[in-house]
Amino acid sequence: MNWLVKTFSSSIGKKLMMAVTGLCFIGFLMVHLAGNLTVTAGGEVFNAYAAKLHSLGAPLLVMEFVLLALAVVHVITGLYLFYRNVMARPQRYAVNRNAGGRTLGSATMPYTGVVILAFLVIHLTNFTFVDKTGTTIFQIVSNAFQNPVTVLFYTLVMVVVALHVSHGLWSALQTIGANHPKYMPVVMAASLIFAVVVGIGFGFLPIYFSLIA
Amino acid sequence: MTQTINLTLKVWRQGGPGVKGRLDTYHAENISTDMSFLEMLDVVNESLTLDGKEPIAFDYDCREGICGQCGAVVNGRAHGPEKGTTLCQLHMRHFSNGDILVIEPFRARAFRVVKDLVVDRSPLDRIIQAGGYISVNAGGAPDANAAPVPQETAELAMDAAACIGCGACVASCPNASAMLFVGAKVSHLTLLPQGKPEAARRALSMVDTMDTLGFGNCSNERECEAECPKEISITNIARLNREFMKAGFFSNAR
Ligand code: HEM
Ligand code: SF4
Ligand code: FES
Repeated sequence: MNWLVKTFSSSIGKKLMMAVTGLCFIGFLMVHLAGNLTVTAGGEVFNAYAAKLHSLGAPLLVMEFVLLALAVVHVITGLYLFYRNVMARPQRYAVNRNAGGRTLGSATMPYTGVVILAFLVIHLTNFTFVDKTGTTIFQIVSNAFQNPVTVLFYTLVMVVVALHVSHGLWSALQTIGANHPKYMPVVMAASLIFAVVVGIGFGFLPIYFSLIA
Repeated sequence: MTQTINLTLKVWRQGGPGVKGRLDTYHAENISTDMSFLEMLDVVNESLTLDGKEPIAFDYDCREGICGQCGAVVNGRAHGPEKGTTLCQLHMRHFSNGDILVIEPFRARAFRVVKDLVVDRSPLDRIIQAGGYISVNAGGAPDANAAPVPQETAELAMDAAACIGCGACVASCPNASAMLFVGAKVSHLTLLPQGKPEAARRALSMVDTMDTLGFGNCSNERECEAECPKEISITNIARLNREFMKAGFFSNAR
């Protein structure tokens, strides 16, 4: 098994872990967004969706632990790569200029990542690890978004998530070797479109909750 | 009619490896716009020498864009601001009278500064020694076309083989990664039938050497592709990733 450890601990192996875990989160984001958007059909539909999800029982618990494991790998590997990359140029340039490859998304990956991590902790304490007896999830979420500061915070963080995936999606495909001259322009466009969908989709939810509640 | 321009240079001066360096200011006057960047530095060095001062050390060999020996970062751009151009092939007509140019050496942990703008790029040679070759027993030359190669494959291999090993990809990468260089070298050999037998061992060994020499990790910033004087494409990095995965997970090589 030595070869397996060696392959994953190489620079490309670490990137591969970032890419695969990142792509799983992108899948999660799609499902999560679709689920949350049920609220546009009304609070009861949203509650019914949540109830259905939780009635899954054990499989849901397994999925949650898988997500947690993926997050641990993504965060630890990401922070370690960031540290190594800073160390790879101990003496910085006096003048830094972009030659046209870097984007706002690509240049901010570690920072947007840390913001997402902090958000996740707050988000889970807000809506997951709360006492749900005698109330509904729709009630909990609507109450939270009565506070304009919470609405603003959630919406801003969703823009940060959009920035992270605007680079993340195409970058992950490049990392797993899926670069083809015919498809790359489509992949780049899809990354941008996905980022906009995530930004607007999730960003609109807190505002929607605060309006209908 | 030959035009001349005057420039202010801020050049990195460093006496030797490991010692402290600093940016010093020089004036380059009456520079013909027909000159190359290196010829401009020659003119500055001539006046420094006449004044009894130490000339600026910089690297070069062919001065025609094919050897990969020259290179410096000019105002934050490796090999200067022109696309697909080495420093020796960069002409002064691309600059304007009164420009201030900050000239720094290629910077990376793996590239030690030898003196001023000269850096030690032998880590790239170490990567080549780790697998950037094919092993064949010498003998009678094989028949031409004994091993057929499709035209498109030959073109891809030739495009990758255009890499001159200058190190600008490392210098321009925000992470000081050498993935474009290694991607070009692995692609160039692995695409061709002669390079196939050793493909798995080559990919593992070149990546392993790259990692131990202290280069950074690729995060697909694409600055290398934009700065490479030979315009090597990052599709070569994707191919390196594929070759590495094939070798790591599915081959017998270790
Ligand atoms: C919803 C949550 C998240 C999603 C969808 C996501 C997605 C992605 C994707 C797809 C990549 C690209 C992988 C590659 O380039 O091969 C990536 C890279 C990265 N992520 Fe995340 N991520 C998330 C959360 C986080 C968190 C919480 C952190 C950490 C603090 C983080 C830090 C990073 C870093 C530093 C990179 C760049 C790694 C590199 O290329 O060197 N991400 N992410
Ligand atoms: S890939 Fe381009 S920038 Fe990098 S060493 Fe080769 S020629 Fe220079
Ligand atoms: S001196 Fe040979 S490439 Fe510039």
